[in-house]
Amino acid sequence: MPRPEIQAPPDVFYNEAEARKYTTSSRIIEIQARISERALELLALPNDGVPKLLLDIGCGSGLSGETLSEHGHQWIGYDISQSMLDVALERETEGDLLLADMGQGLGLRPGVIDGAISISAVQWLCNADKSSHDPRLRLKAFFGSLYRCLARGARAVLQFYADNVKQSEMIVTYAMRAGFAGGVVIDWPHSSKAKKSYLVLTCGAPSVHTSLPKGKGEDGEMCSDDDDGDSSGEDGDRTVGIYERNRPNKKQKTKKNGKGKQWLLKKKEQMRRKGHDVPTDTKYTGRKRKTYF
Amino acid sequence: MRLLTHNMLASNVRGVTSGYPLKLEATNWCTKEVDLNADFIRGLLPKIDWRALVAATRALNLPELLPEEQPSEEEIFAEGAANVEGSAIRRIHHALLEIHVQQGALICPESGRSFPIEKGIPNMMLHEDEV
Ligand SMILES: C[S@@+](CC[C@H](N)C(=O)[O-])C[C@H]1O[C@@H](n2cnc3c(N)ncnc32)[C@H](O)[C@@H]1O
Repeated sequence: MPRPEIQAPPDVFYNEAEARKYTTSSRIIEIQARISERALELLALPNDGVPKLLLDIGCGSGLSGETLSEHGHQWIGYDISQSMLDVALERETEGDLLLADMGQGLGLRPGVIDGAISISAVQWLCNADKSSHDPRLRLKAFFGSLYRCLARGARAVLQFYADNVKQSEMIVTYAMRAGFAGGVVIDWPHSSKAKKSYLVLTCGAPSVHTSLPKGKGEDGEMCSDDDDGDSSGEDGDRTVGIYERNRPNKKQKTKKNGKGKQWLLKKKEQMRRKGHDVPTDTKYTGRKRKTYF
Repeated sequence: MRLLTHNMLASNVRGVTSGYPLKLEATNWCTKEVDLNADFIRGLLPKIDWRALVAATRALNLPELLPEEQPSEEEIFAEGAANVEGSAIRRIHHALLEIHVQQGALICPESGRSFPIEKGIPNMMLHEDEV
């Protein structure tokens, strides 16, 4: 399944059927909750127990917002899909909801928001879904308005799925141009499935506190739920694609790592002829190996 | 939409310089109880535009809920005020967090553009020529 962003515009892709999954698939619910918890952690709000006024951009059915509510915060959610918001109403989420396109700017007074999260949404801005859409202008409008509405020193943490390095760079570039300090924190970079990118942004002049936190599993440690995914068969999860986008496809893999058994045997023979000490060929030689790092 | 959100929202229509405050029209609203948190109100209050908040309560036909002038911090955060029926902090809490506008519209003060509110959700989507 191609990524959702190239299938249809978000207000079309997230129709009733797609939105329904966000109440029925325990897998999606769990993944979104976990990402939201991590985003809230990276938001590094003062540890004073005082609830804050936050934004959830691309709030969808309110899964990510629920995490904010559980921590006692008030939030305003933005989403472009009426169907997703209908599900949020059904779930009786506690945040206020707005039907709005983040690419048009957030339309908030300056300096009033204590922090913002966005879960699996900003990559949609890299698309031009209408002839009038220019991704650059939309990213600019979004980050500009986000920067303005945040209180000085407030943070925004945006988890996103970039299709490629260029997209990722484009998102970061426009965030920096808007005046933000910060960068991308990558959790579980060595896991194709659990890998998650968070753009962590601070509003205002960089200070000692704006140094980027470390991603989880950076030193090669693997995520315990690396192997969670395929148990979801019964949901028939089409949306799985969204969450596993970073997994390289099979073709790429063979091109990169394996040159094939024939090539290897030839190489070994060459080395033997040159007088090197080469292990004997067995049935294991050049076999397909799992990709452990 | 609660009045807290109304207080933060501005019109985003192209060419508008001050799309604030949005004029509130409500044909249907309701209330839902929320626990009062004085610390939250304390952090929020400096960011609240009092006049816009008062105007919003008037638009809901609640002329008695809030005074024209913002009460002093001493009064709002007086010891025990949160437990006193009808105290300033209780009224502010109620106005900001417990009133939900279900149906109506938000009107841009400058362009006159009307953003409909349905099922409690303001539709802030701009048309192509408004971006
Ligand atoms: C993968 S869903 C995630 C929803 C929610 N954050 C969660 O964690 O469950 C992405 C959401 O982004 C929304 N979205 C996409 N483009 C958007 C835009 N331009 N403005 C606002 N929301 C948008 C979609 O409608 C969708 O609900």
